[in-house]
Amino acid sequence: MSESYIRKRSRPLQIYAVIFIIVLYVPVLFIPLFSFNDSIYVRFPLEGFTLKWYVELFHREPVWNSLMNSVKVGLAVSVISTAFGIFAAKAIARYRFPGRGPLVGFIMLPLVVPLIIFGVALLVLLSRLGIPLSLWTVGLGHLIVCMPFSIATLLPRFEGFDPALEEASADLGENALWTFWRVTLPMIFPGVIASLMLTFTVSFDEFIMAFFLNGTQPTLPLYIWGQLRFPQEFPSVLALSSFVIAASFVIVFIGLWINRSAHAGAIKVE
Amino acid sequence: MTDAFISIQNVDKYFGKFQAIDNVSIDIGHGEFFSLLGSSGCGKTTLLRMLAGFENPSSGEIYIDGQPMSEVPPHYRPVNMVFQNYAIFPHLNVRDNIAYGLRRQKLSKAKRNEMVDEMLALIKLPEYGDRKANELSGGQRQRIALARALILRPKVLLLDEPLGALDKQLREQMQLELRQLQRTVGITFVFVTHDQEEALTLSDRIAVMSRGRVLQLDTPTGLYERPGSRDVASFIGTMNFFEGRVSKVEGTKISVDAEGLGAVKGDRGERAFAEGDRIQVAIRPEKLELTEEKPNGGTTTVQGMLKDSAYLGERSHFYVKLDGLEKPVAVSTQNRVDAISANGEARPIWLSWDPEAVVLLGAD
Repeated sequence: MSESYIRKRSRPLQIYAVIFIIVLYVPVLFIPLFSFNDSIYVRFPLEGFTLKWYVELFHREPVWNSLMNSVKVGLAVSVISTAFGIFAAKAIARYRFPGRGPLVGFIMLPLVVPLIIFGVALLVLLSRLGIPLSLWTVGLGHLIVCMPFSIATLLPRFEGFDPALEEASADLGENALWTFWRVTLPMIFPGVIASLMLTFTVSFDEFIMAFFLNGTQPTLPLYIWGQLRFPQEFPSVLALSSFVIAASFVIVFIGLWINRSAHAGAIKVE
Repeated sequence: MTDAFISIQNVDKYFGKFQAIDNVSIDIGHGEFFSLLGSSGCGKTTLLRMLAGFENPSSGEIYIDGQPMSEVPPHYRPVNMVFQNYAIFPHLNVRDNIAYGLRRQKLSKAKRNEMVDEMLALIKLPEYGDRKANELSGGQRQRIALARALILRPKVLLLDEPLGALDKQLREQMQLELRQLQRTVGITFVFVTHDQEEALTLSDRIAVMSRGRVLQLDTPTGLYERPGSRDVASFIGTMNFFEGRVSKVEGTKISVDAEGLGAVKGDRGERAFAEGDRIQVAIRPEKLELTEEKPNGGTTTVQGMLKDSAYLGERSHFYVKLDGLEKPVAVSTQNRVDAISANGEARPIWLSWDPEAVVLLGAD
């Protein structure tokens, strides 16, 4: 069987790909590995299998508090940034207004500007305004970080569907609100789900903004960072991280799966 | 006109500095099949979108059924539209697409289903209710777009090149169905197209548009037989043009010296042609007759050289070179058994025409 030039297999490239994936993921796999190791030191040789770090984890109140803090902030941030993202993406995709290009660049800025700058700036601003630091201020910081992700996820959805559909809805007697509910939202729905998941994940593992803007209630990354100073706590941090990794895999898998089926549908329609 | 159902009055439309519509006034009667015809960019779609409410006139006013429309948003207008690419909602099945506009009427489920069934029967797709939009062909989508608009019993149906995306055979079939449908439902259709044949076939009246202005508003026969300008004459069908100079005026009858044709008689109608005016003489290819011998009788005749021909089955096209003319004259004849044929060699031939076939145009 003759294969086309493009599809011809290349042995060196295959080897490169395998090495690439190993380098990328093996360090991550050490975390669950050592979380089952019966020693407080992270080192070889392994000293026997244990679940005690996990058991210990369950008895630690602060872990669950910080986890809940992260979930709370993550949920609020993902919902708000996705809602704002819908408005922004619609405006960017549908309307031609002066200053549109610079505005889009400005919104996408947090992707390239070091977060430490945003963190410090917000901290200065908030203390000037006399606003006490809390989970709310952490959420505010995360909102800035998450907006570009939200818009970047939703924009292709708006650009991918014919504005005539919205006009058709108006023509058939629906006002702007009903048109949004009956046409726009169903059309961009996979993008909304993807945005919710992505922004939740970004907020959940964000450290720098949380570090600057957090009050007395730590988020999970802050808690983990705090525990690193105590060697005896380290194995349960590993256990905790294993949970987070597993959860991330599940979320990413679901997100990809939803977007994949959506793409297949969209292609058939167009 | 007071009995106009749709009245477009002195409408201008600017997009920035670009003037898309230039002082257009059109009255459309109740139950009329009205077409806006023109090449792309002539403003016909902009005008249609202003009727639908997606654009507002920069100045002037549009009245539908006596009501001024400029303050009325699209969702309150008594018009519905069939979009160019049909804009069928891809996330809904056929039934839900057709029933889309019924939500506001708060009907019982049974009543709504009955109306949808009626529409599915009207568009001859009764078994397609549960299909998804992406499982439909172009022609089916087009019918669903029609049904979705007609179920709301609009006073006016707007159609934006609805047949443009279909292949030739289906397009001709849909033209026929569209015309029948319009007679059945008896509502006013405003139809946008760039296809002059389609406009001639379907319409009661046609507005020919160019660069934002209406060049001529007439019946299909009127546009074809009595075009008012060279632009209209060349846009609708094929036309032979000859430069000429008015040599004599007697009442409405005038004589013209036309290049290649010699002395031509014609009727100036309402137009104020005076002796010495430079005008244009125009004749349709199918109004010209070709004969081997000089015809005797009441027609006007000129001799030329038969240069070329094209056989099109039903008809043939001939190209005849006349003295003093650069461009050969096009002649179109019905093919009969005894038809003239060009066999490569150029040879002399006689061209003749009825004086009534001559169209006189200003020299613009």
